Amino acid sequence: MTMRKGLSEEILNAYVDGGLTSDERGAVEAHLALHPETAARARAWAAQSEALHRAFDSVLDEPHTLRVQGRARVAAVPFFWRNVAALAATLVAGVAIGFVAHDYWTPSPGTTRASIARQALLAHAAYAPEIRHPVEVSGREEQHLVAWLSKRLDAPLKAPSLVQSGYQLLGGRLLPASSGAPAADQASPVALLMYENAQGKRLSLLVRREIPNTDTAFRFTQEGRTSVFYWVDGPFGYALVGDVAKDDLAVLARVVYQQLNP
Amino acid sequence: MGQGRSVPSGFTVEQLQAQIPRMRRYARALTGSREAADDLVQDALERAWTKRALWRPDSNLRAWLFAVMHNVFINGIKRARPMASLDALNEEGNVDPVAPSASAETGASLREMRDALGQLPVEQRQVVLLVGLEQFTYAEAAEVLEIPIGTVMSRLSRGRDRLRQLLDEGSGHSGLRRVK
Repeated sequence: MTMRKGLSEEILNAYVDGGLTSDERGAVEAHLALHPETAARARAWAAQSEALHRAFDSVLDEPHTLRVQGRARVAAVPFFWRNVAALAATLVAGVAIGFVAHDYWTPSPGTTRASIARQALLAHAAYAPEIRHPVEVSGREEQHLVAWLSKRLDAPLKAPSLVQSGYQLLGGRLLPASSGAPAADQASPVALLMYENAQGKRLSLLVRREIPNTDTAFRFTQEGRTSVFYWVDGPFGYALVGDVAKDDLAVLARVVYQQLNP
Repeated sequence: MGQGRSVPSGFTVEQLQAQIPRMRRYARALTGSREAADDLVQDALERAWTKRALWRPDSNLRAWLFAVMHNVFINGIKRARPMASLDALNEEGNVDPVAPSASAETGASLREMRDALGQLPVEQRQVVLLVGLEQFTYAEAAEVLEIPIGTVMSRLSRGRDRLRQLLDEGSGHSGLRRVK
């Protein structure tokens, strides 16, 4: 190794990273003794590596929930897309929140019915893009899920099967009562069931207590590419939401309705 | 996937699982966020498991896994920002020469380090972390990043000088920024 004017950066790096033989180290140190600026550079580089360990070694001991085969279902969605989707969802939720807030401040006849659609849009925007925690209780525990939600909504709930249409029950979660809900049911929480097809497309079915009504007509609304069909049936109001075309969602909504009224 | 044992697998789930802590440490330092890091590692684990037949049993499993993770990371950047990635990935241009005067030997706090890493160009950050934190050899780092070893060396020197400068600025050594 020759050291005429200065050390090559390769050698200085190797010195810092412990990649030199003891002879080489001696030669480098002799050089550094005569060149304080280079010596300071080498010390700074070495200090960085120590600082990196101080800053990040604690991650090694952190508990985590990552598993090799833990998430095969959503493996097709690359992580950056998920972040983009999450951002989009935040924007959509922002719009939806604006909507709900507007509704809340300027109540007018007729908007109460549609509030279930808005709540469904909001919930779908918030939870459908969730990768790790789209639901609180998995669809694999369907019995438990249905029993739990029925108890909290204080009426027997059913989780319709959309398997024939290609959607599996992913699970469900409980949401707080909506400010736009009918006054009589302010206190009653809201159930959200989520379904997913093989392409990872998700549907949300929001179920909440409604004032019983003989009108079970399907109604439709849309926010961007997200469609909602909603209706009242017995003690519950239902809203089926998804980023699917109106006609496709209509078919799915019919399936849901028929399952609930065999 | 799905073929189970008919796929010749060079490593076991347990071997893969054992690498998770170090993958998480690198990903955390690389992305600066626990959530983004864990998403990255999770994707890399799944991809590695799917592609496990491609791993050569005589090669370094950890370097191979980090290479898989690197590809997931880079694909994410490219897809999320097709234009910006050109800047982000085009290293050499935007690095200020470092005046080797101020001392960076004072211990940087976690926050100072994270802030400084965040300002380091991503391809320099990768090399500095692979070598300085994960203790890969230069040859292994070249394999992980799929770049020539000479490029590893130049990015390492530039990255270390830049990080030194950023840490100095962050801890108030630059004089100009000092307000306390």
